[in-house]
Amino acid sequence: MSKVVALMGDQAAAEAMRQIEPDVVAAYPITPQTEIVMTFAQFVADGRVQTEMIPVESEHSAMSACVGAAAAGARTMTATSANGLALMWEIVYIAASTRLPIVMPVVNRALSAPINIHCDHSDTMGARDSGWLQIYCENNQEVYENIIMAIRIAEHKDILLPVMVCQDGFITSHAVEGVKLYEDKQVKDFIGEYKTAHSLLDVDKPVTYGPLDLQDYYFEHKRQQSEAVKNSLKAIPEIFAEFKKHFGTAYDFVEAYKLDDADMAIVALSSTAGTTKAVVDNLRAQGKKAGLLKPRFFRPFPKEKILNALKGVKAVAILDRSESFSNQGGPLFTEIRAALLDLPQRPLTCNYIYGLGGRDINTEQIKSVYAELEKTVKDKKVKNLVNYLGVR
Amino acid sequence: MKKGWKDIPIGGLIEQAGSAAEYKSGEWRTFRPVRDEKKCINCLICWLYCPDSSIKVKDKKMVGFDLEHCKGCGICASVCPVKCIKMEKEQQK
Repeated sequence: MSKVVALMGDQAAAEAMRQIEPDVVAAYPITPQTEIVMTFAQFVADGRVQTEMIPVESEHSAMSACVGAAAAGARTMTATSANGLALMWEIVYIAASTRLPIVMPVVNRALSAPINIHCDHSDTMGARDSGWLQIYCENNQEVYENIIMAIRIAEHKDILLPVMVCQDGFITSHAVEGVKLYEDKQVKDFIGEYKTAHSLLDVDKPVTYGPLDLQDYYFEHKRQQSEAVKNSLKAIPEIFAEFKKHFGTAYDFVEAYKLDDADMAIVALSSTAGTTKAVVDNLRAQGKKAGLLKPRFFRPFPKEKILNALKGVKAVAILDRSESFSNQGGPLFTEIRAALLDLPQRPLTCNYIYGLGGRDINTEQIKSVYAELEKTVKDKKVKNLVNYLGVR
Repeated sequence: MKKGWKDIPIGGLIEQAGSAAEYKSGEWRTFRPVRDEKKCINCLICWLYCPDSSIKVKDKKMVGFDLEHCKGCGICASVCPVKCIKMEKEQQK
């Protein structure tokens, strides 16, 4: 039996963590992730979980403690945002390279300066080359379910990589929605018990974690990481299938919304996908062939799924909530545009950078993007490759 | 031929204990310790201080240096109470 409870995105994340009941959580609070750590710390204080909670003095220490705990064989979680993620940067890479299945909810927030606590994706997009897998959540329900799924993904024997589960700061993290929560036992049955093959504390089978690698084997270890990410494209669908069997919800790497016969499409991550769906419905009511593609995963990059979804579309606008300052568009755009080159007949593409520092993205703005796409389809030409949506 | 990426443990994991001995760090050395046996009083203070366990001891007596692992840091020469160890530049040998 499941029940629907009114929860903020952060509380939904904390509920998932309570049910997962990791062996170790080492975390430092930072807006807008604070309510995750706060709520979970309360669960620990109330004795509702047996988790060893380490209240560290910084995010660098948080991720360091997580690396140690995971190497020892503990199921390990943390959570962060923006500058916190930036501070743990060094260890973020070490966690992935050491192949430790840590799961970390990240509440997306702009990086300073100037100081900003509101949503954009500059924090996790910066970490796209760190070797972590990345899931982007549209709403509170996805936050809850993706965190549960992330445990299985991270710990899968063919993957063994840490996973970030991203939600939009304030927009999702502090918005209250009805979240369908499963029973504790159901969740525990789904995730099972975590057993590492190589515990740092196993004195009968001693191992060394994190040795000197240099020119000898470092390249080979990076090659293994690439393979693990590639493997995840095969292994994750098994976990989707099991999740559906267990809880009834079907997941995929991407969500295609009214794309089948679409002439024009927007690609957007996280909560903006929800806003875009409302615009698509509106345009469809007017007989316009509009659709949406919402990638749920950015790592692994679900290339085949994206190509398959976009192959029949005439014009695509890819929305980026972060800027990479290449003047060639944001990260989502450059990767999808590069992937589309493999299609013999590909849609015309353009990029919209939007919502930086929590700047509101509304249906009117998204409508204006579809209007531009309509022109692109008619003219068979992209007017402007990189556009800034909602900037003054 | 060294092993390829398919044949080594993931994540840089080393599955054998004590494998550091196989890593010949002595190649890094610029200065090598040379002992005057006549002056040595076998107090073994060098053995106590050597950070690389490179002082060889047999029957409670200092018998030489493990030059495959000694990096030439000179701590032994520095702590020796009778100054019987000198650091000599490698190419002079």
